[in-house]
Amino acid sequence: MAEFTMPALGADMTEGTLVEWLVHPGDQVHKGDIIAVVDTAKAAIEVECFESGVVERLLVEPDATVPVGTALAVITPAGKQPVAQAEQPAAPPAALTPAMTPLVRHLAEERGVDLAAVHGSGPGGRVTRADVLATSPPRAHPKGREARRPSTRAAEHAPEQPQRVPSAAGVERDTSAAGPHRPTAARVRATPLARRLAAEADIELAGIDGTGSGGAVRAADVRAALRGPSPVRKPQVAAPGRPEAMRRAIGDLMARSKREIPHYYLSTTIDLAAATGWLREQNRRLPVTERLVPAALLLKAAARAAREVPQLNGFFIEGSFAAAPEVHLGVAVSLRGGGLVAPAIHHAADLPLPELMARLRDLVARARAGRLRGSEATDPTITVTSLGDHGVEAVFGVIYPPQVALVGLGKVVERPWAVDGLLGVRPVVTATLSADHRASDGATGARYLAALERLLQKPEEL
Amino acid sequence: MTPGKKTVEPAASRTRTRVSGEGARTAHRQAMLREMLRIRRFEERCVELYSAGDIRGFVHLCIGEEAVSVGVHQALAPEDAVVTTYREHGHALARGVPAEAVFAEMLGRVTGCSRGRGGSMHLFDVSRRFYGGHGIVAGGLPVAAGLALADRMRGLERVTCCLFGDGAVAEGEFHETANLAALWDLPLLLVCENNLYAMGTALSREHAQTDLAARAASYGMAAWEADGMDVLAVEQAARRAARAVRDGAGPHFLELRTYRFRAHSMYDPDRYRDKAEVERWKQRDPITLLATRMRGEDGMDDADLEALEREVAAELDAALEQARQGAAEPVEDLLRYVRTPPEGTS
Amino acid sequence: MTKARAAHQAEPVTYREAMREAMREALAGDERVFLMGEDVGRYGGAFGVSLGLVEEFGPQRVRDTPLSESGFVGAGIGAAIAGLRPIVEVMTVNFSLLALDQILNNAATLLHMSGGQVSVPLVIRMTTGAGRQLAAQHSHSLEGWYAHIPGIRVLAPATLEDARYMLAPALADPDPVIIFEHGSLYNLSGVLPPDAGPVDLDSAAVRRPGSDISLITSGGSLGKTLEAAEQLAADHHVDAEVVDLRTLRPLDDATVIGSVRRTHRAVIVDEGWRTGGLSAEVAARITEHAFYDLDAPVERVCGAEVPVPYAAQLEQAALPQVPGIVAAARRAVG
Repeated sequence: MAEFTMPALGADMTEGTLVEWLVHPGDQVHKGDIIAVVDTAKAAIEVECFESGVVERLLVEPDATVPVGTALAVITPAGKQPVAQAEQPAAPPAALTPAMTPLVRHLAEERGVDLAAVHGSGPGGRVTRADVLATSPPRAHPKGREARRPSTRAAEHAPEQPQRVPSAAGVERDTSAAGPHRPTAARVRATPLARRLAAEADIELAGIDGTGSGGAVRAADVRAALRGPSPVRKPQVAAPGRPEAMRRAIGDLMARSKREIPHYYLSTTIDLAAATGWLREQNRRLPVTERLVPAALLLKAAARAAREVPQLNGFFIEGSFAAAPEVHLGVAVSLRGGGLVAPAIHHAADLPLPELMARLRDLVARARAGRLRGSEATDPTITVTSLGDHGVEAVFGVIYPPQVALVGLGKVVERPWAVDGLLGVRPVVTATLSADHRASDGATGARYLAALERLLQKPEEL
Repeated sequence: MTPGKKTVEPAASRTRTRVSGEGARTAHRQAMLREMLRIRRFEERCVELYSAGDIRGFVHLCIGEEAVSVGVHQALAPEDAVVTTYREHGHALARGVPAEAVFAEMLGRVTGCSRGRGGSMHLFDVSRRFYGGHGIVAGGLPVAAGLALADRMRGLERVTCCLFGDGAVAEGEFHETANLAALWDLPLLLVCENNLYAMGTALSREHAQTDLAARAASYGMAAWEADGMDVLAVEQAARRAARAVRDGAGPHFLELRTYRFRAHSMYDPDRYRDKAEVERWKQRDPITLLATRMRGEDGMDDADLEALEREVAAELDAALEQARQGAAEPVEDLLRYVRTPPEGTS
Repeated sequence: MTKARAAHQAEPVTYREAMREAMREALAGDERVFLMGEDVGRYGGAFGVSLGLVEEFGPQRVRDTPLSESGFVGAGIGAAIAGLRPIVEVMTVNFSLLALDQILNNAATLLHMSGGQVSVPLVIRMTTGAGRQLAAQHSHSLEGWYAHIPGIRVLAPATLEDARYMLAPALADPDPVIIFEHGSLYNLSGVLPPDAGPVDLDSAAVRRPGSDISLITSGGSLGKTLEAAEQLAADHHVDAEVVDLRTLRPLDDATVIGSVRRTHRAVIVDEGWRTGGLSAEVAARITEHAFYDLDAPVERVCGAEVPVPYAAQLEQAALPQVPGIVAAARRAVG
């Protein structure tokens, strides 16, 4: 038994309408005989069969529109017995569907009309557009679909799935990627390059005057802002109480540093006998609350050394190093809940020691309370990290981009020390330098550590 | 017989067949009859494959025009070149392109003669100097002139045979090529397969002068016409023309009057011609014509004909089966052959 | 002998002579090479490029054709398929439209459509561009149309050196190559560098290094663009880099994008029409590959969207000119 199917009659034909049968059940047909007429989008075409035999059954009535490949008739090949009726497969579902145009089918789908239930009033029982319209319920309110949604829809999603919330306009808005969403001011007009530079330097575009067409912020404007007194930097650090966010921020920054910055490391051990002796002398004359700690001396020296070696004090942006006109010394402060900030002591190289002490104390307190000012959090031109309080003797740190150097100070310890051929016990500290090889070479770094050592031998000048 | 041996060279037949002259004639006619049957049955399978959706796109059948393919190719040698149109299944098969490679091409398989990139309209087989299947009416003519020009410049005694339809004669490229070929004495055999319709437009509705050979002759080249339904007449005309071209007599034009029994493309409503007209031409079916003649002159009977049918059916069964096994070209190869790959990479 | 040769090379040559010398070298060095086109033989070429070649190589290899662009371009395709290396001259790009069927439907297509069987090693040369008051049917710049077509290589020699040394690699290419010769360049004169040799057809050329802005151009607009760059330096302290695309298909993205990444600004100078033109393609690629390096919108200086008119002042107004290039560059630099 063979099926005579709706043929593909053209490159773009997907369905056809049977116009007319030219044979009846029981008729003898030969391969190549024209047995039906099919209407395509172009015209009515006579179609042939590819089997010789007897027409057993016609499966599709005239005017039915069926997809290409649908069985239209069963032909029993010559010399074979007809198969018993009961064994024959049921007619394909397509044949049961009332005839209609694709437009009508589409309309019915759109309106949720069950076509089997529609009485066709068109020619040959064809379902027309009017039939569908007459059967379908009044058109639902456009917002109906949205309104039927459970209000707790977002909660039904697994947490990792994007959360969708209906906005005021009834349009869904994907908020999953937005993170903590804050209402933003009007978009700053800026060139793509300026935007990228600002992002790299972590400064806000909003505060920068644009000199481009229509006030667009251009690269030169960003560079000028970076050179200027205090560009408005984006807060680099999340507020306390968000340890995960902070961890991620530190991780991102440090990962970027290690990815982009070719670090080199230098280390030297410095005799602090002169410095500690001088401090002892000073502190003897001061009330307890105003006494200087060695850290202040060390920071002052680190800042002064940075001024002497400007190649380490500044920013590496867009493929080149720009020295900063001032030394804003970043001080790494570990937070009690975990995490780290490195706010700046502005103009550290010029501050008298007591002032620097006071600033340091204030800075640490505010950092730990989460009350840093934006400029403090983001202005450092070089940073010092010290883990001496934690008993560490040497620290090789990771540079904060876009800075190019990080100074590490260890614990002040007493060590046997030879001076002028005589062995004695002296307080010493191990100072290290991590520096960006794109901005400087080892010799430059060595000059920095040498300067630091020299400055610490004359504490009275600090 | 194997699929690769369809083109029967008379010289070869004469030397290989140890029978009387009459026996050789019968063998040669039988080979041509078999080849026409093979093309007919091949295309009938294309109809089935198309109806089943296995072949898509445009498919143009030459059913009714088999005498042109088979007759013209008798006159061509392997070193000659062939350029043809999009109605070229018959020409490809007659030229010796294996049926399985043509089936595979139409099924879009990488084993097709154009890797499945051309489909029905763009069959290529450079190993047989079969330079395509051109889909632009008359677009192949200038290229054929160039192939002939290369032979002329290198002193090679080869023929480039360019087949095209009556519609092409209305295109500027036909006239540019005819002029160029005559002007430069190119070894070009122009074969106009005149099936009387340019798609749906009848000859008299598209040409002011319907004597196409006369128009070609106006360029100063030899031109004559022959009965395109009679394979013996086609063969005779083609041999005479090809010999002259090969001998350096410049381009020749042959108009072969024929008729397609089926629609222009796979199916069309055929509103532009009369059913009676189609039936009249079917009385001159080239296969029946030759078979009838062979019954009378060569003692062929029904058993012989049935044997031929069985052979052809077996060959096509095997070819189609093999073509269906062919793989699809990987999509990663999409950009391959936009430019010629450097040597050693292809 | 070395001395004589050096002396010979120091002689100034024109663009026309450089192209002719390239063809003479090809005809002498490879018997598969032949030249055909309208009036390339006895007349010497509509623009005198092939003057004297028919006398030297004979009418078989320097072949005058009838006025049948489709016919002889197609014949070139056929001859190339058959193993020859034709150079087909089409008088102007406007006339090439009569052969567009052959160029697009055959030359560019056969290799892919035949599944890799049919290579077409053909070179087509044609004149392009305006500036000589030849009006609207002899003056257009349609290089961008051809650069749209996969399967062909499109060259625009803008210098003497490229005119002299692009043909040999073009003939060595197994695929169709179209060479566009801007009509205003034929009388360009100068001395070829003694060390010049075959041009790498995959690379654009930086004709003037600079740091502030990239001026990207080709063909007949190169001279104007270089002049604009000098004005920018002298009058406005703008250091412009000039990139000559040279090969319009396939475009050398690396050179163009590399330049824009350095300068952060780009002006594209193209005699073709702006809408859907080559300048649009270059601008799109810059935004695709160098968006975050841009410090100003990409500027374009293109031919006016009119058929090129005859009257001198109108024609000049329809073409990119130095002041327009300078102005566009200044807008970008700000």
